[in-house]
Amino acid sequence: MENLLNIFIKSIFIDNMIFAYFLGMCSYLAVSKKYKTAAGLGMAVIFVLGITVPLNWLAYNFLLKEGALTWISEDFASIDLEVLKFIVFIAIVAAFVQLTEMAVEKFSPSLYNSLGIFLPLIAVNCSILGGALFLPTRDYEFAEAVTFGLGSGIGWFLAVVSLAAIREKMAYADVPKPLRGLGITFIIVGLMAFGFMSFGGFELPFKNKEQQQAEQEKTSQVSENVDPLSVANYSE
Amino acid sequence: MSTETLEKEVKEVKKPSEPLLSKKRKALLTNPLDEDNPITIQVLGICSALAVTVALKPTLVMAIAVTAVLVLANVVISALRNTIPNRIRIIVQLVVVASLVAIVDQVLKAYSYDVWKELSVFIGLIITNCIVMGRLEAFALGNKPWDAMLDGLGNSFGYAWIILAIAFFRELTGSGKLFGVKVLPEEYIGNGVMMSPVGACVLLGVLIWIIRSRNGYVED
Repeated sequence: MENLLNIFIKSIFIDNMIFAYFLGMCSYLAVSKKYKTAAGLGMAVIFVLGITVPLNWLAYNFLLKEGALTWISEDFASIDLEVLKFIVFIAIVAAFVQLTEMAVEKFSPSLYNSLGIFLPLIAVNCSILGGALFLPTRDYEFAEAVTFGLGSGIGWFLAVVSLAAIREKMAYADVPKPLRGLGITFIIVGLMAFGFMSFGGFELPFKNKEQQQAEQEKTSQVSENVDPLSVANYSE
Repeated sequence: MSTETLEKEVKEVKKPSEPLLSKKRKALLTNPLDEDNPITIQVLGICSALAVTVALKPTLVMAIAVTAVLVLANVVISALRNTIPNRIRIIVQLVVVASLVAIVDQVLKAYSYDVWKELSVFIGLIITNCIVMGRLEAFALGNKPWDAMLDGLGNSFGYAWIILAIAFFRELTGSGKLFGVKVLPEEYIGNGVMMSPVGACVLLGVLIWIIRSRNGYVED
């Protein structure tokens, strides 16, 4: 539970999809002109990331990973399908996005009007595939993967909404002509990334097991070091 | 009589075919370098442009990987363009690109493992690199394979020189090195900001400023 909170906070602020990894930059820049559209796409990203990351986790752990197929038969223990991960991940993302779009269109036209136009955009949003591609490198459990997906989505949402708010205010600024639009936006994003870097100094509220162990070892080492010294001091 | 009509037909077929590097086709190749640059003007493929440009070596590898994927995907999609149903074209494109990326990924893993490790997820992210999808949608779906290949080459060179320029400045000012070799005097202390995302963003912003003030492109 504590570990989950750590991952949640980390994926929103410290490992922010935009400011730490630049994932989903294209749509980030394209839709951040107006606050409303930015919020719409942000919500869609939270939703899609929150569901496709766990889906891809399942696919990775029960299909692609080396020895993942042992749940069918012990004979498959040596099979490693990791080569196929790109195709499987992108197929899951694209299929899920398409399905959601059709379902939303059918059951909730009002939601479709506000969110639906963004869904096709999301299939090719790097942050969704990026979230899936981080899974093999980080050994998450299922609950952790869900938290990571949601947290990353919220981080993306925060980033896009805040940039859109700044860009709306930019309309009143007198920017040099060639710098207008993309150029000044990049400089703003850079400064925002600067701000987000300060989150890197956060001490996470709960330490994970490794950190705890490391700290315990440190303290025990220190106490071991102290004892002989103090004995020596006394002997002197 | 019959041979005459045949010859006529042949002539008629030959007429529209233009030289392999006509003016229009040269433009396909050179436009993306400057006035139609994928990064600075079309705003495509930003993610990797910022993320991998910490040093020149991974950037060069990335540029080559993108070139390979973009050119091949353009040719394949353009060859298939009349058989792809419109509704599922995005998924078809994604599958083609994903297969190509999987090949590139395996080749890199086999022949330059260090760089492959450094690039980590960003090789996979070529799949959703907007340059690839953008060019497939905008060009390959409506043009012949040869034109599509030139377009792919042009755009990936346009992409390559921008990311190499960014990487050059980032590596030089960030650690005083070029391709991992120290070029600035030993006393130079690396500028950490240039190695961080901040440096990449601001540098790209300034680069866009310079390029746009040169070619007069103004965004409203």
